[in-house]
Amino acid sequence: MTITHHPDISTLMCCSAGSQPEACAAVIASHLACCPQCRAEVRRMQKIGVALFDMLEPSAMSESAPIIAMRACEQDNPDAAEGARVPCLKACKGDVPAPLAALIGERLDDIPWRWISPGVWTFQVPLSKGCSGDLRLFKIAPGKALPEHEHEGSELTLILRGSYSDALGTYQPGDVADIDEGIAHGPVACPMKGCICLTATEGKIRFKNWLTRLLQPLFSR
Amino acid sequence: MLRVLEAGRARRPPAVNAPRTMADLLQRVAANGDVEAFRALFEAYAPRVKSYMLRQGADPATAEELAQETLLAVWRKAALYSDEKGSATTWIFTIARNLRIDRLRKEVVWQPLPENNDEQPSPDPAPDEELSERERGERVRAMLAELPPDQAAVVTLAFVEGLSHGQIAARLGLPLGTVKSRMRLAYQKIRDALEDLR
Repeated sequence: MTITHHPDISTLMCCSAGSQPEACAAVIASHLACCPQCRAEVRRMQKIGVALFDMLEPSAMSESAPIIAMRACEQDNPDAAEGARVPCLKACKGDVPAPLAALIGERLDDIPWRWISPGVWTFQVPLSKGCSGDLRLFKIAPGKALPEHEHEGSELTLILRGSYSDALGTYQPGDVADIDEGIAHGPVACPMKGCICLTATEGKIRFKNWLTRLLQPLFSR
Repeated sequence: MLRVLEAGRARRPPAVNAPRTMADLLQRVAANGDVEAFRALFEAYAPRVKSYMLRQGADPATAEELAQETLLAVWRKAALYSDEKGSATTWIFTIARNLRIDRLRKEVVWQPLPENNDEQPSPDPAPDEELSERERGERVRAMLAELPPDQAAVVTLAFVEGLSHGQIAARLGLPLGTVKSRMRLAYQKIRDALEDLR
């Protein structure tokens, strides 16, 4: 997998800070699983968090060290055996990155796709309760376009299979399209293989023309 | 908002550093369940973790509880720490950060601890590398203190207050693109400072 489109530096910084909305964090975690370069960058950025943490004015604790609780977990300490825990950041399985596989399974072909327009299917990935934003898979038939849309806040798209092209370039598996607010774009799937991608938005997706606006209710169920 | 950075500039609070000692304490906890070593770690880190949780929006009781819980996790997981994974502060901070996402925001922690990272650090850090780890920390702190206030603000809001790009834009009344470009500019400077030490 050769990755040529990486998330914006500011997106990686938010990832390192742990301050991304959950939907965006899921896309970035899936990209990091396949991209050693961005992993190294996020790790470097962590020094910023640590430095700022180091500079915080301490707040006095009202309780001392929880010795009793510590004793209690000596009796039953599942974490001590955790040394051999399977790393989360391992290579992608098939075309589903390992972190995502926990949510959607390992096979894109088994996804219960829902038809939304000719040649376009979607599957909404559930988020934690109370999360804003939207995380969904799109499956676009060869040569078909995703209806042109705008979005509130950033939009992050990770290509999982095939490829897509828009005004900004061609995106292959592992690539991330990191698109700013308000930029309308209508990506077209690869004429041979089509495209399956994972898209996170901080806010709602809005479709541009009146016809596709009719689809809107399907996106905001 | 800039309290952290200003504090850093004016009179740095006694930083949780002397990394060697803290790593030693952690290793004593891991090897012998050394309660005294743990108490020392608790005194050094719990108040700072509590501050962090307060800045992330926790009320005082929750902040105290999460600080207790972070240090309890340090006790339980000490065996998983090795200084290849960076300084003790980095390790403990990351536990706090993940606990914050899990408990304060009740969301899935998508970004795991660095203990899960697969990049190979040098297996046996030489003494001068230890020094440079500390120097890097110093350098980043100095760099952060020198950032122009508008760049420092977005970095602080993201890392200390836990706000997303969108939330930062709303808080400062700026377009999203401006927030992102300020973060990029800030990182450029900090990254240069990190590179110099390699």
